[in-house]
Amino acid sequence: MAPAAQLIDATKKYGDVEALKGISLDIELGEVVAMLGPNGAGKTTSISLMLGLRKPTSGTARLFGLNPTDRRARSRTGVMLQESGVPQVLKVSEMIDLFRSYYPSPMPTARVIELAGLQEKAQSQNKDLSGGQRQRLYFALAICGDPDLIFLDEPTVGLDVESRRAFIQSIKGFIATGKTIVLTTHYLEEADELAKRVVVIDHGQIIADASPDEIKAKVVGKKVTFTSARPLAPADLHGLPITATEIQGQHYVLVTGEPEAVLRELFRRGVDLTDLEVTGAGLEEAFLALTGKAAK
Amino acid sequence: MTASYARMLWMQFRAELVKFWRVPANAFFSLALPLIIFIFFGLRDPTSPYAPGATVSTGAFVMASMAAYTVGSVMVFSFGIGVAVERGQKQDVLLRASPLPPAIYLLAKVMNALVFSLFAMTLLFVFAHFAASVNLSAIAWISLAGRLLLGSLAFIMLGFALGYLAGPNSAPAVVNLIYLPVAFGSGIFIPAQFLPDFIRGLSPYLPLSPFAQLAWSVLGIKTDRSVEGNLLLLGAYAIVFFLLAVWAYRRDTSLKFT
Repeated sequence: MAPAAQLIDATKKYGDVEALKGISLDIELGEVVAMLGPNGAGKTTSISLMLGLRKPTSGTARLFGLNPTDRRARSRTGVMLQESGVPQVLKVSEMIDLFRSYYPSPMPTARVIELAGLQEKAQSQNKDLSGGQRQRLYFALAICGDPDLIFLDEPTVGLDVESRRAFIQSIKGFIATGKTIVLTTHYLEEADELAKRVVVIDHGQIIADASPDEIKAKVVGKKVTFTSARPLAPADLHGLPITATEIQGQHYVLVTGEPEAVLRELFRRGVDLTDLEVTGAGLEEAFLALTGKAAK
Repeated sequence: MTASYARMLWMQFRAELVKFWRVPANAFFSLALPLIIFIFFGLRDPTSPYAPGATVSTGAFVMASMAAYTVGSVMVFSFGIGVAVERGQKQDVLLRASPLPPAIYLLAKVMNALVFSLFAMTLLFVFAHFAASVNLSAIAWISLAGRLLLGSLAFIMLGFALGYLAGPNSAPAVVNLIYLPVAFGSGIFIPAQFLPDFIRGLSPYLPLSPFAQLAWSVLGIKTDRSVEGNLLLLGAYAIVFFLLAVWAYRRDTSLKFT
């Protein structure tokens, strides 16, 4: 059987900018895949190609083995896009009913509203929704057709902590139904929490494709964070066993397999540290180590 | 497997109707404004001849003119501004990724505009009948509405073209800037003989001129062109605007979706 979604050597150029530099990716039915990467890494472009919203400059994109613009493929696919809008004056339930009519065997409206957690807003017009509620509406539109595959492009971006928690629960509810999900995120804990497979993209290329655990295992080290009283010169860090560095003003994040050695050497070089923290490697540190820079 | 196109169209059409009704400005400009203009021009001695020696009354003449103005404006405004605003809100992006064929989206808009035009005309006809004693035969009422709905194709195409050419914020200004001078220039509000010379020469060829002539000739007014001539001119406009709309649509989608 053909993969649910597929990219074969796909490249994409916007003018002179090479957004994708040859990506090959198979997403099988039933997989939950997080595409992880910093802004501008090529996540949204990859999804746009698989959805047929954009055409690859070279290479191929397939949806259920078909051209992504094929209505038969589209009818098995739901999507939540970062930048898209809905008619302001339609009510939530009307909007869902409208989108249900685009699909051959949609879910009952009441079930969609329940899964998206929109019970209290079903009769509100779209323009009266908060940011979090609007995200839920987009999620409802993505799942209302009972599709086999849904794409969620940055589903929790811009949400406050509480809305995010609640929304991730909604997504988990949908994952439990055994559907195929592709989500993009730059929230690393989100990928860890939701996905069984993480595809890390940076500068238009896949730099890792593994389970969250495997990606974490790639970095055996620790994260050392501190604030330095004076700006560090390159000489201060020279020769230290560091795999990645992130510098924001005088705030430093170092990823290292030997935190004790690094700290001993920093003290010896007369670096005055405050707010020192040494923590274990999570997905975020894995990402740091994989790309050499921070995800956010 | 794909969903039934008929059901998609029905649901899309319903959504268009609801969207149109819930914006008060639409009801005002399409329903109330034509009645207000009719009161200004049509209720001054409505049963007198509209021109010296004419058999057609002022009320009937202004009613037919306003019917043409209204149908044209519903088409140009609902498409021109509607499509531009929806593009501005990026509604087209989500629809583009959905299984909805673009043709059904556009067809539903056409159906909504036709239904709304018919409603607006009916309101105007009923008002003119009671307020200005306009009496036409049943056939004439139907023929008036039917000719205007048929001829409105040219304005539907113009609306689509403007909807894909104009920016979401500038669309209302652009549409007004084009439609209002064309309406005045076509002699709908003021007879063409009162217009400056250089416009008077152009007047019979502006798109609202054959459209209004179609309406006037139902009343028995002798017009410059025959019904066939007017339909032919409107058809030519429909083709030109259609090509412009296709070009504008392709330009817009090729920027966003390639």
